[in-house]
Amino acid sequence: MDWFFKFPQLSPELLLAVTRTVDGSLRTLTRAYGDSIEAFFKPLFYFLVFIENMMSNAPWPIVVFAMAGIAWIVARNWVAVAAVIGTLLLIGLLGLWLDTMKTISLVLSSTLFAIAIGIPLGIVMNRFKNVAGVMRAVLDVMQTMPPFVYLIPVVMLLGIGRVPGFIAVVIYAIPPIIRLTDLGIRLVEKEVLEAADAYGCSRWQKLWKVQMPLAMPTIMAGINQTIMMALAMVVIASMIGVQGLGLNVLQAIANQYFTQGIFSGFAIVGIAIIFDRISQAYGRRLQKHRGAGRD
Amino acid sequence: MTKSDASIEIRDLYKIFGNAPKHYVEAVRNGLSKADLANKHGHILGLNNINIVIPAGKIQVIMGLSGSGKSTLIRHINRLIEPTAGSIVIDGRDILGMSELELREFRRNRTAMVFQNFALLPHRTVIDNVTFGLEVRGFDKARSRETGMRWIDRVGLLGFENRYPDELSGGMKQRVGLARALSSDASILMMDEAYSALDPLIRTDMQTMLLDLQMELKKTIVFITHDLDEALRLGDRIVILRDGTIVQQGDGQDILLRPADDYIQRFVKDVNRGRFIKVEAVMDEAPRADSTSLPRLKVSTTLEVAAKELTNSPYDEAIVVDVVGKPMGLVSLRQITAALSATGETDRKKVELTLK
Repeated sequence: MDWFFKFPQLSPELLLAVTRTVDGSLRTLTRAYGDSIEAFFKPLFYFLVFIENMMSNAPWPIVVFAMAGIAWIVARNWVAVAAVIGTLLLIGLLGLWLDTMKTISLVLSSTLFAIAIGIPLGIVMNRFKNVAGVMRAVLDVMQTMPPFVYLIPVVMLLGIGRVPGFIAVVIYAIPPIIRLTDLGIRLVEKEVLEAADAYGCSRWQKLWKVQMPLAMPTIMAGINQTIMMALAMVVIASMIGVQGLGLNVLQAIANQYFTQGIFSGFAIVGIAIIFDRISQAYGRRLQKHRGAGRD
Repeated sequence: MTKSDASIEIRDLYKIFGNAPKHYVEAVRNGLSKADLANKHGHILGLNNINIVIPAGKIQVIMGLSGSGKSTLIRHINRLIEPTAGSIVIDGRDILGMSELELREFRRNRTAMVFQNFALLPHRTVIDNVTFGLEVRGFDKARSRETGMRWIDRVGLLGFENRYPDELSGGMKQRVGLARALSSDASILMMDEAYSALDPLIRTDMQTMLLDLQMELKKTIVFITHDLDEALRLGDRIVILRDGTIVQQGDGQDILLRPADDYIQRFVKDVNRGRFIKVEAVMDEAPRADSTSLPRLKVSTTLEVAAKELTNSPYDEAIVVDVVGKPMGLVSLRQITAALSATGETDRKKVELTLK
């Protein structure tokens, strides 16, 4: 009856062998190709450094003004603009300006990247039904996998620093934009698609003139989620050497600096609210004439 | 304005929905019923042996209740739905043999469609919706706009060109749908229950507008409806569908005076006959020589009007004359009231009597 009470697991030798083989081959791979992989990602590294420098070296009034301007262009809402200015000033007063700029620059660059890959992938997922099944399974795994696990292979291949952090953030944040692009296109009314066909649209015309514009509010919801997830992951990615507010939090945990932790935490909440409100306001503005067209 | 030269010939058309539709065409040809096909083989019979010849420049109404296959049928004309078997020839061209590219060109240049729920693009203004077909064809923007504005004016929406569809009422939205269809200058206009979602009064307005436009444009119009009044008002010719099969085909007078079976009889019963039946359908031909003093009724006068005219005159008979005033026949008040009150059954007997 021994097997009944103690789970009959695979023999420890076998498990050890499996672990060793996988880890070993990954290590060999890293040793053999580590340099070329790093060289491959060098342009990305320069790009990230460039964005980060641009944001941290720019005079703070210009940054505040630029962010307020973006908020106005996107949201057309004075409350949003006031919230952006207020939050940024408060963060600066708390002495977190530089860290915040680093965090924002990584969030922005990884979100842009996630959108640039995610929307085409969402379109592919929508068009090819057999690919969609596989992709959906992969996305499910990606979304349920604890985020820390992403860090391991990335660190093994690329070491610590901005590039591995960026990659981990993009991988973590990309599922919502893919899914919601697919969903948005699927939700386009059948009769409108029929009209597009009836007037002789080619596939591209249908995609660009009908499907994408009508899917845009849903896609915006995906972008909003992607930004939020990128922000969450940027904090976690501080464990592999990403600088910014996350690193402050990490130090605060290690050294029990309660106030530093709280301040940095609030700064993160502040920029989360800014990003969230701006992208949602934009989504609502897109929504204005859509959806109501079907009564 | 191009005058329509597009006749549509639909022959032996079958549409079966399911996994292996081609497999069952032969069985359906040999009399397998819709119910048996559904229950024993799990396939749905959408259209069964459809034969319609639609002459160019006429309004062909396809009438039926929901599930009769009328919307499926109209979608075959521009191949939004592929038939299982049969042939569709438009203006001498077999559209089923067209490649994807040819089909796209055909849809762009020859057909335009108006939808039941308008199918407008909510993110575009009225003018951008109206010029959609031209934009897809790659026309010059300024010229498209000019064409679009002309049709917006024509359907009575001038001043609304920069509004969005969600700012318009149902009737106005469908005017946009119609303007979009007309600005593509296609010779075939397909209207899929275009007015079914509209209020009765607005529907009547839209019908009048369509008839006015048609007098000038002479397009080949295929109009789908479930409303017999609408069918009788608009249709030069009417096809009545039931369960994917044609039950009767003919003009309005045929349907009203000679309903093919009890099913159509039931439809016809509730129609205001006086408004649709015309004097020439009930008159006796070859007028008597001494009847020149009688009042005269023009051909195509409805019974409603004819009855009123006769009641107001001292006579109880009138001469029916054609458009140039030449006598065609004699109609009596008794004949008119008989036709007005008659059910189809007695009509049929009467028609048989007159044929003898």
